[in-house]
Amino acid sequence: MIGLEHYLIISAMLFSLGILAVSTRRNAISVLMGVELILNAGNINLVAFSKFSDIGLNGQVFALFVIILAAAEAAVALAIVLNIYRNHQTVTVDRMDSLSG
Amino acid sequence: MTIFLLILLLPLLGFAIQVFFGRKLPRGGDWVPLTCIGVAFLLSLRIFIQALTAYDPNFEIRFGPFVWLDLTSHKITVGILVDNITSIMLMVVTVVSLLVHLYSTEYMHGDPKYSRFFGFLGIFSFSMLGLVLVDNFLLLYVFWELVGLSSYLLIGFWFERDAPANASKKAFLVNRIGDLGFFVGIMILFWKIGSFEYSSVYAGVMTGQIDGWLLTAAGLCLFCGAIGKSAQFPLHIWLPDAMEGPTPVSALIHAATMVAAGVYLVVRMFPILTPDAMVVISYIGAITAILGSTIAVAQYDIKRVLAYSTISQLGYMIMGLGVGAYVAGFFHLVTHAAFKACLFLGSGSVIHQMHHAYGDDHHVDPQDMRNMGGLKKKMPITFWTFLVATVALSGFPLTSGFLSKDAILAGALGFGFYGDPKHILIPIMGFSAALLTAFYMFRLIFVTFYGKPSDDRLDRVHENPKAMTIPLIVLASLSLWFFYSPSPIGEGWFYDLVKKPEQAAVVDHHAAMDAVHGSDGVASAEAAEEHHDPAHQAHYPAMALSIILACSGTFFAYKKYFNKREEMMAYEADLMERSWLFRALHNKWYFDEMYSATFLKAVMTLRLVFAWFDTWIVDGIVNLSAYFTRALAWLNALFDSKIVDGLVNLVADTIIEAGGQLRRVQTGRLQTYVVLLLVGIVVLMVARMIV
Repeated sequence: MIGLEHYLIISAMLFSLGILAVSTRRNAISVLMGVELILNAGNINLVAFSKFSDIGLNGQVFALFVIILAAAEAAVALAIVLNIYRNHQTVTVDRMDSLSG
Repeated sequence: MTIFLLILLLPLLGFAIQVFFGRKLPRGGDWVPLTCIGVAFLLSLRIFIQALTAYDPNFEIRFGPFVWLDLTSHKITVGILVDNITSIMLMVVTVVSLLVHLYSTEYMHGDPKYSRFFGFLGIFSFSMLGLVLVDNFLLLYVFWELVGLSSYLLIGFWFERDAPANASKKAFLVNRIGDLGFFVGIMILFWKIGSFEYSSVYAGVMTGQIDGWLLTAAGLCLFCGAIGKSAQFPLHIWLPDAMEGPTPVSALIHAATMVAAGVYLVVRMFPILTPDAMVVISYIGAITAILGSTIAVAQYDIKRVLAYSTISQLGYMIMGLGVGAYVAGFFHLVTHAAFKACLFLGSGSVIHQMHHAYGDDHHVDPQDMRNMGGLKKKMPITFWTFLVATVALSGFPLTSGFLSKDAILAGALGFGFYGDPKHILIPIMGFSAALLTAFYMFRLIFVTFYGKPSDDRLDRVHENPKAMTIPLIVLASLSLWFFYSPSPIGEGWFYDLVKKPEQAAVVDHHAAMDAVHGSDGVASAEAAEEHHDPAHQAHYPAMALSIILACSGTFFAYKKYFNKREEMMAYEADLMERSWLFRALHNKWYFDEMYSATFLKAVMTLRLVFAWFDTWIVDGIVNLSAYFTRALAWLNALFDSKIVDGLVNLVADTIIEAGGQLRRVQTGRLQTYVVLLLVGIVVLMVARMIV
């Protein structure tokens, strides 16, 4: 029988992998992909909590919003990455440190 | 009432116009002050006629008094008082001033400071008119100082040369000594009576608000002012030096009007004088009279002879007032103003021609009588007017001088011989001075106008133009008797219009005597004797004596000097070598030297002491305090740089250090932030679990 714990474990693993990708990958595109993993881990949690409690379809609706948000975010973020590449001829996040104090 | 203000302010207006626009006006603007003083003269004449027609000894017009300063406890008022004395003084001042203005247009002609001279004459006339018009001692003091100032300006008119500059300073400083006493006197009166006004002061003295030694002191302090201004012994030394000023100035200020201000002051303060003060005053006057006339005998500078003569005559006036011959003293002021102004203007006329004759020869002193001689034919008007004035000064009958001088001598004789024989020295000095007066004046005439001219260049001398001779003629005619009295020996309108005021102290004196000795007996007999004026008793003896003395003085001068000027000048030069007395007389009894050796020396020594005190004590204290301040400042600077700045720097350094450390956190790398975010969340969660 698959319970709530399974979903949560999958989601936690997915979240950890996303964090790992965001914090270690050098390529900006990979970092964005890590962000997608984190968002989807959140979606799994929302849907799982929605299924295993009596709040109706609220969780699912919220997950839908997140998917749309992720699409928008990916579009904007890719545009930024593209611009950075145009200006700096690189997409390596280590090199983008002009905000350094 | 505006008439008084007009009289007072017109000369001031003349002064203002002269000072600001004089040089731009045609003729140097001399007609402006001349017109001003002319109008003032006409207005004064109107007042004088008004007083004369009223013919009332108590004639009085008052303007004011207005409150000038309200001190709540006292009110200080100002105002104008015109009584018979003032109206007579107005005439004296405006007549002499007008004639001197006229005379100066010729005498000062061509002087580079011509218009300024007339400006100064204007301010002098203003001050002098103010002096006689005011009704209180405070304003009298103000105008008193103003005439002193104008005198200073006019003595030092040719300030480019040393002698006039020094003479003006000397006059001012010597007067200052007297004025100090004057001011103290005024303050004593104000302290006790609380008013400066003549009438209030008289009333205060009458009601005994001030009496005894304090009243004597107040009177003598006020008299100090008169000693300075009227060149009385021992402050007479400034007047001969003042002759360095232009001659018209000597005539106006140092013969006729300003020096008479001291006598005028004694006239005004007469009611407050105590018998003790009167004795001092009469001795001062008598000493001055004899001193001036002895020195005049041995002078060669024509103006200095006249200056010492003026001192001597001022001494007469003061002596007259001191012995109680009040009217005579004041009368002599008036008559003396006319004939002495005439003498000075006459001497100016001679000097003017001497300058003309000797031209640019600076080795010849144009004022030295030894360089003159035989001027009678060449300058007839000057000679005859000079002679008339000399006769008047010597006190011969048919002149004004006889009337007034005789009355003073009668008063002195009455006081010192018939009255109180222990003061016999006063009439002796007075009569000796009368003898000497005739002698030195005729010596002056014989040496200047008679004999052979001392130099060929004197041929160039001729009579001066009308502007100079008209004043001489007017003043000479004013020296005759009929202006003052219909009878040449009697008492004219003057004695009817000016009455001797009652003296509070004398009234008290009689009352006290009555109280001590009872109402009858010795005291009342004495009082009766004193009331019977001894001056009247002395009238005819004094008259006879003074005529005899004047005649013998003239006779001696005639015997010695008439047509023998060369021999006498040589004889006097020889006398100068041999006789210490003549030397002493020529050197003015060594007064200047005496003052130099004593007061001046003392002041100079004191100066050194003060200089030492200044350098070592005052400067020492200042330097010491400066040193302390510097040390304190050094400490302060140390505290500032080390402690205050140190704290500030510490704070700043700490902040910089902290910032430097903290900036490392801000790497600018996205992934660092993510890791930190994660760590933060983990920390928060762990903390939540533990707590």
